[in-house]
Amino acid sequence: MTRDELPALFSDFNPLEDKMLQIIDKEGTMIRKDLMPELDDETIIDAYRQMLYERTADEMAVSYQRQGRMYTYTPNLGQEAIHIAAGMVIRHDDWLVPAFREMGTLLSKGVTMKEMFLFYLGNEWGGSFQQAHHTLPIAISIGTQLQHATGIGYSVRYRKKDETVFTFIGDGGTSEGDFSEALNFAGVWQVPVIFTIQNNQYAISVPVQKQTNSLNLAVKSVAFGIPGIKVDGNDFFAMYLAYKTAAEHARLGGGAVLIEALTYRLGAHTTSDDPSKYRKKEEEQLWGKSDPLIRLKRYMQGAGIWSIDEEHLQEQYREEIDRQFTEAEQEKSYPLEDVFSHLYSDMPDELRRQKSEYEQFLSWKEKRG
Amino acid sequence: MTMVKAINNALDVKLREDENIVIYGEDVGVEGGVFRVTEGLQKKYGAERVFDSPLAESGIVGTALGMAVSGLRPVVELQFEGFTFPAFNQILSNVARIQNRSRGKYRAPMVIRFPYGGGVNALEHHSDSPEALFAHIPGLKVVIPSTPHDAKGMMIAALESDDPIIFMEPKRIYRAIKQEVPDEKYTLPLDKARVIQEGSDITLVAFGAMIRECQKAIVMAEEAGISVELVDLRSIYPIDRETIRTSVRKTGRMIVVAEAHESFSVGSELIAIANEEAFLYLEAPPRRVGGFDTIVPLAQGEPYYIISPDRIFYEIEKTIHF
Repeated sequence: MTRDELPALFSDFNPLEDKMLQIIDKEGTMIRKDLMPELDDETIIDAYRQMLYERTADEMAVSYQRQGRMYTYTPNLGQEAIHIAAGMVIRHDDWLVPAFREMGTLLSKGVTMKEMFLFYLGNEWGGSFQQAHHTLPIAISIGTQLQHATGIGYSVRYRKKDETVFTFIGDGGTSEGDFSEALNFAGVWQVPVIFTIQNNQYAISVPVQKQTNSLNLAVKSVAFGIPGIKVDGNDFFAMYLAYKTAAEHARLGGGAVLIEALTYRLGAHTTSDDPSKYRKKEEEQLWGKSDPLIRLKRYMQGAGIWSIDEEHLQEQYREEIDRQFTEAEQEKSYPLEDVFSHLYSDMPDELRRQKSEYEQFLSWKEKRG
Repeated sequence: MTMVKAINNALDVKLREDENIVIYGEDVGVEGGVFRVTEGLQKKYGAERVFDSPLAESGIVGTALGMAVSGLRPVVELQFEGFTFPAFNQILSNVARIQNRSRGKYRAPMVIRFPYGGGVNALEHHSDSPEALFAHIPGLKVVIPSTPHDAKGMMIAALESDDPIIFMEPKRIYRAIKQEVPDEKYTLPLDKARVIQEGSDITLVAFGAMIRECQKAIVMAEEAGISVELVDLRSIYPIDRETIRTSVRKTGRMIVVAEAHESFSVGSELIAIANEEAFLYLEAPPRRVGGFDTIVPLAQGEPYYIISPDRIFYEIEKTIHF
């Protein structure tokens, strides 16, 4: 597919010219009315609610970890517009192949906070997302998930299914070989995969300037012959438009798309990380002004559609989320069986032997008292 | 039928039967693979099912996992064992783990097949035996056939398994052995060793191309009045503890013959099993006859490294007279 056949949006925001799609500015003022996606007020209000829910859940998760009630957690703070926009475009049959910082999108696929908490409490059942249709588990091995997304794309096309694959990676992940391989395969195979780079400026402590000498990250799409676009990742409307356009393109058989969502990780990499070691308060404050929730709220206020009692709503969310956390905390203990049972469709004799020897040890221990 | 033809035949049988099977890798389409294992299959089943992919092993395996979790049964060829390592991260971090990570929500029914082993005067990275590296990864099954008949039955079983299978093909005997192989479909277990020949004085355990070398050594041993039991391991993981136990308890002696570097090898594992399962039956210390802990030399130096029948016989005599 040549650039001329691409959706106009991708030609208008050519990453080779370092253009960035933005619809509302940092003050929440509409600057591209012509590009404003057709969303009714209720949908916009719903988007804000979802972003607020993700933020509330995220803050609570950090707090549970700080209280020593949960293990290492990867905060999403500041990146909610990307997650919720993707979540509003992704359909039931579409595939979600996550990295590990897309909580809002996972929730939109039917993952529950109880499952998220259970996962970060150290239980694989939580991270397996049993009920979420076409949703893969969290991928911690950086970049590898993109290859799976491309393979699912091939499978979808081969089986003639109307399904699109959404996958995510961070800015650091673009340095991995798997990033390039996945995009290259996706280009050759013309598969319906939407790749999102959440460029939140840091791979733990390493700034994006140390990852690449490219003009931007979206430009990497050019070499693989797939359309790419850089989008203001803190602008909900811009993200929504990018996803909607990309999904239409993919669904019509146009193949893969790369979206660079420019954002900022307002929180730490994980709860074990201390960002004050590698970035300045002023920088955080500067990006804080571009907070996606504040921007959307300002837009809504300006448009006269702000009707949310935020404090009350957050109180409701907190109660509901805390209930889910308590349920996760009270989940029955982890049976030995679960260590062994899920590696193979049939447990090999060697695993049976190891399990049974360990059980003998346990009964010896019990008798010994 | 040669092993190459037998594997080709197995793939053919299953491609015909199961439309979810797709085959890809480097040169597997038009050319039919550098060893011709997939010859004719693209012509027969089309380029959507049998195709050439970009030259990137991690991509080949990583995308195959994506296909496997979404309803297909991909078979990928990695051209040589020495080129599996770009894909090692995908194999170890994802292929082997997705079932456990997803608590069985997603399965990984896929076959990763590649030729391995020395003795073919090849360039570097074309003579290695990395079975222990793969067998050490929880979540994989690793199998190696030693005959055309086994190769077909094991490949069909692999294509019907819901677990990821590392299918290692001893390139040295790809065409060296011809055997009657039934045209129809049959499967063989992927977790069972096979006693090729019964004997009473010593157990030889081997797999892949080393079976044939062992058989040559056994002729020498028999001339010297030594009765040898030969076990073809076939499945590296899961390892068939039962067959090893029974054989070593019977003979009281064991030598493992394998091309790979001796240290931390499948042979080391088998000796651990002999110790655990047959300690009081042992007449001599179980031994490994393997490759050195060196890089496999190029053709001029390879004869030192390759295990010859007379070296196996020499080790048999030493163990018998311990």
